[in-house]
Amino acid sequence: MLQHFGNYLLFIASLFYRGEGPKIIFNRTIDEAILIGINSVFIVAIVSTFIGAVTCVQTAYNLTNALIPRSTIGFMVREMTLLELAPTITSIVLAGKVGSNIAGGLGTMKITEQVDALEVMGINSASYLVLPKILAAVFVFPLLVIIAMFLSIGGGYLAGTLTGEVTAQEYITGIRSDFIPYNIVFALIKSVVFAFLISSISSFRGYNTSGGALEVGESSTKAVTFSVIAILVADYLLAQMLL
Amino acid sequence: MIEIHNIHKSFDGKKVLDGVSGVFETGMTNLLLGASGTGKSVLLKCIVGLIKPDLGSVTFDGTYFTNNKLDIRQEIRRKIGMLFQGSALFDSMTVEQNVEFPLKMLTSMSKGERLDRVNFCLKRVGLENANTKMPSELSGGMKKRVGIARAIAPNCTYLFCDEPNSGLDPQTAIKIDELIKEITEEYNITTIIVTHDMNSVIEIGDKIMFLYQGKKLWEGSRDDIMDTDIRELNDFIFANRLMRDARKVEQEEEEEAESIEQNSKLDDPGSI
Ligand SMILES: Nc1ncnc2c1ncn2[C@@H]1O[C@H](COP(=O)(O)OP(=O)(O)OP(=O)(O)O)[C@@H](O)[C@H]1O
Ligand SMILES: [Mg+2]
Repeated sequence: MLQHFGNYLLFIASLFYRGEGPKIIFNRTIDEAILIGINSVFIVAIVSTFIGAVTCVQTAYNLTNALIPRSTIGFMVREMTLLELAPTITSIVLAGKVGSNIAGGLGTMKITEQVDALEVMGINSASYLVLPKILAAVFVFPLLVIIAMFLSIGGGYLAGTLTGEVTAQEYITGIRSDFIPYNIVFALIKSVVFAFLISSISSFRGYNTSGGALEVGESSTKAVTFSVIAILVADYLLAQMLL
Repeated sequence: MIEIHNIHKSFDGKKVLDGVSGVFETGMTNLLLGASGTGKSVLLKCIVGLIKPDLGSVTFDGTYFTNNKLDIRQEIRRKIGMLFQGSALFDSMTVEQNVEFPLKMLTSMSKGERLDRVNFCLKRVGLENANTKMPSELSGGMKKRVGIARAIAPNCTYLFCDEPNSGLDPQTAIKIDELIKEITEEYNITTIIVTHDMNSVIEIGDKIMFLYQGKKLWEGSRDDIMDTDIRELNDFIFANRLMRDARKVEQEEEEEAESIEQNSKLDDPGSI
């Protein structure tokens, strides 16, 4: 375990040693960012809309005391989704999607000697392949989380008004009350940290694949498992440190 | 000139290379010959540093390579063109992008120059109309040829080909062999070809190293390879019926020549 962690740190360090020029890395990053963004936006949209909706309905269900105003539902949806659900659930979903994609792609390149082909050309393959993926994830994840924030609040609005649990007026009053802008900053910091963890852990797993197709599948699975655990641990630590 | 000295390599205690030494000459096609599983690919990877030998060293034109600093190794590697046994094409790129890739990374050519060079190389391997195809749309032999085009695209100083003509029909195989020999002589580069194809040996074997169970058993040129008395090498060469027939014809011709000589001695009245 400790050895894996050490190797992981060495792997991260190797990304920066004699890599390619900034222009090449920049172009590759843009490509990767487009890939991650376009491939993930649909699933993020669906997940976040439903999470907002479910949060709204369940809060309404628990809110039986007539003394508490119905606008609390909007308030609760906002607090839950902005602070925790949008960044964390989105990242867990992306760990499954982006993480397995990165690990599977790199694993395949590794076992079909494409990585060796890069190395033989004198290219630092880790830096060339992995660094752009990490940079792209760190850049795109916050954008996806912002989309998730809007859509989950929208999802809550739809669910609340369509079921008649809360009026549009009450919901909007709720989401506007006692707003703390720092929560957004906190959520975005989280998304950047999660992006780094997912992309680097999955790259590490994929890049160290050896064997055949079976091992590539194994790498993907492990990448997702470790990423999710890392997200949850980091989520707790960040909440402790920054809130 | 590439020199290897006493290369050893084991995988999990299983010895694959057992002290191989030798010299690969510049301007010549150096062949690494051997049965399947004798460690030819492993030796090639040890030479370019993709596998770290347990013991031994490699020098490229006098520059020490194995265990040298990464910058020096990268510097040498930028002069290497390599064809992998499984082609190793980048499967997210088209044929054209694959061949263009090393030019993009290693040279300062403009886009137009690069495309000219790509088309030139693809033409030489007989793939004029495959530019926009993806590797998954190619046959095994076509992949091999794209791999060769990619290896020769930047004017490399060292060319390594792992079984360049396996999976190709005899006609194309000979064309590829000739192409590699031509490039080697034209640009005076150091070429190492891994093969177990006797046709290649006869066509282009300037210098041949025969590996057997991780050891170098024989070294020489295509002219001497038929006349050795090493049993393993003979078993390897004459496993093929055509080769056996060729040997028989040669022997018969020799015997005939000898008997004619003897007869002429008998007939010659002056010798009595
Ligand atoms: N990464 C590896 N891990 C463990 N064993 C390996 C590895 N690579 C090669 N070997 C072993 O080394 C031996 C030589 O393999 P190599 O690929 O060099 O054979 P080869 O001479 O190229 O054969 P072929 O002509 O079939 O390609 C084989 O027995 C193989 O099992
Ligand atoms: Mg081989």
